[in-house]
Formats: sequence, C-alpha cells, structure tokens
Amino acid sequence: MGKEKLDQRFQETLNKGDKLFVPYIMAGDGGLDVLNERIQFLEAAGATALELGIPFSDPVADGPTIQAAGLRALGEKVTLRGVMKKLEETKADRSIPIILMTYMNPIFAYGIKAFARDSAKAGVDGLIIPDLPMEEESRLTGDLTQNNVALIRLAALTSPKERLEKIAQKTEGFLYAVTVKGTTGAQTTFAETVGEYIQELKKMTDTPVLAGFGVSTPDHVRQLSEYGDGVVVGSQIVNCFHDNDRETIQKLIQASKKQAAH
Amino acid sequence: MMNKQTTVPDQAGHFGQFGGRFVPETLMPAILELEAAYEEAQKDPAFQKELDGYLKDYVGRETPLTFAKGLTEVFGGPKVYLKREDLNHTGAHKINNAIGQALLTLRMGKRKVVAETGAGQHGVATATACALLDLDCIIFMGKEDVRRQKLNVFRMELLGAKIVSVDQGEGTLKDAVNEAMRYWVANVEDTHYIIGSVVGPHPFPKIVRDFQSVIGLETKKQFREVENKLPDAIVTCVGGGSNAMGMFAPFVEEESVKLYGAEAAGKGISSGQHAATLSAGKVGILHGMMSYLLQDEGGQVTEPYSISAGLDYPGIGPEHSYLMETKRVTYAGITDDEAMDGLQLLSRKEGIIPALETAHAITYAQKIAQDMTPDESLVICLSGRGDKDVETVREKLGGSSHG
Repeated sequence: MGKEKLDQRFQETLNKGDKLFVPYIMAGDGGLDVLNERIQFLEAAGATALELGIPFSDPVADGPTIQAAGLRALGEKVTLRGVMKKLEETKADRSIPIILMTYMNPIFAYGIKAFARDSAKAGVDGLIIPDLPMEEESRLTGDLTQNNVALIRLAALTSPKERLEKIAQKTEGFLYAVTVKGTTGAQTTFAETVGEYIQELKKMTDTPVLAGFGVSTPDHVRQLSEYGDGVVVGSQIVNCFHDNDRETIQKLIQASKKQAAH
Repeated sequence: MMNKQTTVPDQAGHFGQFGGRFVPETLMPAILELEAAYEEAQKDPAFQKELDGYLKDYVGRETPLTFAKGLTEVFGGPKVYLKREDLNHTGAHKINNAIGQALLTLRMGKRKVVAETGAGQHGVATATACALLDLDCIIFMGKEDVRRQKLNVFRMELLGAKIVSVDQGEGTLKDAVNEAMRYWVANVEDTHYIIGSVVGPHPFPKIVRDFQSVIGLETKKQFREVENKLPDAIVTCVGGGSNAMGMFAPFVEEESVKLYGAEAAGKGISSGQHAATLSAGKVGILHGMMSYLLQDEGGQVTEPYSISAGLDYPGIGPEHSYLMETKRVTYAGITDDEAMDGLQLLSRKEGIIPALETAHAITYAQKIAQDMTPDESLVICLSGRGDKDVETVREKLGGSSHG
C-alpha cells in the first residue's frame, strides 16, 4: 500500500514499454455516488493511477474547467471527509493507486494528523498539494511518512535549477512537471523548451517524471511522454466525464500504450 | 522611513504560526526575487530617498494629525485626534503602498503590474502609481464591487488601467484576489503583483506593512510635538488590515499604548452575514498565507459580507492574527448600522465624510472612549475619505438623510 504501491505500479507499467497515464477527476462532480464507477472505468481503460481532486472554494492553481467542476461538486455538498469515507468503503473494488489532489486548507481543517491516518485507511497512496511549496511542507511530511503516503512534488517552468534539484530529490512517487506557466486547462501548444525541461528533470531524480497541465489530446500524450515517463491529464478528462464522452478518454489512455506509440 | 521596530516575521515569513508562503511552485521564484529586491532596496538610501520624494511631493505627506474638538466633546472622555490619511492623493492610505511597490517593480526590471481591488481604493492608487511611473496596469475587481463602486471603476479607466470584472463566486474581493493570482501565475516573468493589503504570501505582509508604517511613524512624531508623550489608545479599522498595521507597527513595542482594531460585523455576527474574521473565524490557509479565516467545517472559505466593500474579505493579515493571539491588539466587530452612525457623527461634528471602512473605527473609538478620562488621548486612523461611498450611504439612509 501507499508509496510502494505507486512505485511498483509505475515500474510494472514502464517495464511493459508503456508510458504512465494518470487521469484527474474531480471527486463529487456528478455526485459522490458516481465516483466508484468512474474509478473502475478508468482502471479498466488502462490508467496507471488516478488523481482525485478535492473540491475547494478558491482553487488558485486551476483554470475554468476544474474550477467549474469543483463548484459542481461543492453544490453536491461534497467534503474531503465524505470522499475519504467513500474511498474507504469502496477500497476492495479497485486495485488502481489513488492520489489525492487537494489544496492545503481542507487538509488543515480536517486536521493534518487525522488526515494522514485516514488516508492510509482509505487506501490513498499519494498526495499532491498545489499550494504547498517545499518551504512549508514540513508541517505535514512527518505525518505523511509515518502513514506511508507519498508526497508528490511539483516542478515549475519558472523554477531555477537549484530549486528543481531540491524538488526532484524530495519527491516521492513521481515528479510532477508542470508544463505551462499558468493554471490547469487545455492548451493547444507547449513552449519549445518543455522537452528540454522534462529531460533535465529526468536526470535529477530516480522517480518517474510526469508532465501535466494543459495535456489534452492523444498527440500531446505521445509527444510529452516521449521526453519523460508519462502524463497527467486533467481538464480534458473532467470535460469528457461531464459530457459523457468516454470514448475520448479511452483514446487518450491508449495513446500512452506501447503499440500506439508507433 | 521604513519601520524597523517589529521583529516579526522571521526569515521564512512566519508571525508565530501565521503567515508563510502557500503558493504554487510557479510563483515561488517571483516571491523569492521580490524578497531579495526588497531587502536590497531597504539598504539602498537612494531608494528610500526616491520613495520619500514621491510621498512628499506627489502624495502630499506628511498628512496632518487633527485634534477633533467635536468628537472629543461628544465622546466625553479622552482627547481625540485624527490621523488624516483621507488627505492623501487618491483619498486613502493605499497610495503609500502602491507607490512603494511600483518603485520595486521598476527595480526588478518589470514593466507590468497586476492588482486586485475591493472598494476600488487600492485599484485607484495602483492605477495612479502606474500612470505616474509609466507601467502597464491590469486590475481585477469582483463583479458586485464593480457595481457598487462605479465611480472608482471609471477613475481607474481614466488613469489608463485595464479593469477586469470577475464573475466567479460572489464577485467580491476574495474572487478578485483569486483571479489576480491566476493572472500572475500565467504572467509572472514580466509582471509584478501589487497586493493591496498586509495579506498574501511572504514577503507581501511585511512589505505592505513597512510601506504603510509611515502612518504610525508620523503619528508618533506629531503626537509628541503636541502632547509631548505617547497616545494612550489607537483605533483603526481592519479588513485585510494595512492601514491598521501601518499605524500599529511603530507602537507595538510601546506597551503603554493600547491598540484596537474594528472588524466589519455586517448585519451582526450571529446573523452569519459579516466579515469579522478574527471574532468569528478559525485558523486556515488562503491566498498564500496562514491566518484566521471565515470558513465552514470542511475548510471551504465562506462568503463574507459588509456594507463596506473594503472590509468585505474572509481573511486577514497574518500579523493581525498574531497580534490577537499574543493579546497585543484588541479586535471587535462593528455592524453596518453602527458604522453608519459613526459616519454621520464624523460628518456632522468634524466636517469630514469618512470612508465606510473608516466609519467602523469611529464607532469603535466611541465605545472605547467610554472607559477613558480627559487626561488621556485617543488617536483614530482616518484611513480614507467617503466620496466613493456617498451613493451607498444615500441608499442606506434613504429619506432620513434630508431630515
């Protein structure tokens, strides 16, 4: 469970010659009752791990698509506590690793100790906190380590080399390479330097490097996976579930598989 | 005239448990760059000289410390003085910080500025500083605030700023900050974010406090010239808390001076419609800082309410949270109706129409004065003038304003 489960799943996937594909969905978008079925669908479609967003009233790192999904979830009265409970109840229904993506305040309101403990109980393997730079992370790293929950760090295009090195050395599970200077949401193209940046990050860490923010087409998936070990796809998956377009999700995931790469 | 008396925050930007830097990694380099640029500027006499020059010749400092004869009589206790930030160019204390940060922008080699505004006072001050120093300026303002502060929107446009109306949430200050931060994330390499209050990630709470501490430093000097001592009490209004921090900073270590902050209690704290963060909030994390915060049990930030757009914010500067917990400053909630009384009182007794924000401090001062004696003195920070609020006040008072 936890950190080892992530490491193991990533290694198995890469050993097969596939790239890593981590879809993001907003917990409670469409109601908490659809969550388990969506997780199972993504697992069956071949996703490597799942990034599960926790709705927050003020998501400053997110663009319009995920903001709107968060508001829909909040409209359904979804809370971090409710999501944890649901994950615990449905733990036996999945084998795909679960990574929570949440801003700091819901964790803080939950209580850091209790959150870390309940994460382990609910089968949460990793955590992404977009408003927690390394300067503040000591507030919870002790509790996360104790409960074997991986803290996945984010690298940014604006980070200078010394920071990137520190972030790359600290990260657990994988290194999240943010590929745009901006918030989450579909992009049409990426800066020319993105490839170089991901390759540079590869040299700094033994963990896989995943590109995320703006990845929205099978071409993006193939292109960005070339440089590193895979991708995180957020807004596009959120849109697809909202529009009930599951075929597009399957196509995106297929683009990370070995045969599709040629 | 930068403040050096206060020993917080520490190197990491913490005021006790409060403050810090809770921002996306994309912003961290800009925040560290700003910290370095500010430290360098603090040590550079040329920067200080340039800033002081603008404050004197452009803003019109120093602002007077006015003895308020009418209020003194009505309160029936201490001698009351008013620190006249309403007489600054653009009508409030906000310009002190806007000019300082605009100069820092230039120092960092940036030519573009983003800012948020609630009542529009910080937006007008920023647009003014940008016009003066030839910087591009984009300002995010909640849709509801655009509606209730039309005049300031037009002012900012006249000054050449681009105004973006923010639809998200309730369309007030919190939502404007979110959008300004998102814009900054996307444009961080050539743009500086001029935060308007002592909020946000470190080093903003410190920088804004230092630029505003000119208020307290002048007050201390002026008060000594007239009374040859320190005042016994100082009262300010607190939204994010920049006029208050600027006033308090040089007095925090003067233990004989009692410090008070008036929060917006809106329709009453029990009504749930208020912006009384310290009185009714819990510790949380928003907009890059740990501080008291209005939120629900699950950590979702709740919508504040106040008749005053400038106090309508669910958070508060981290240093205020620290000063409350260390019991150095006393904070209390003042309702809309009480603030309206304060506004009318100051208008009629002193011939000064204060901003609705400031009116909260007037009313709180009246309460505090009840327990003070004629040999004591009380200073109110008159943070801004009321021209921008006349329409709101007219709506609220209705026909009674003609009586």
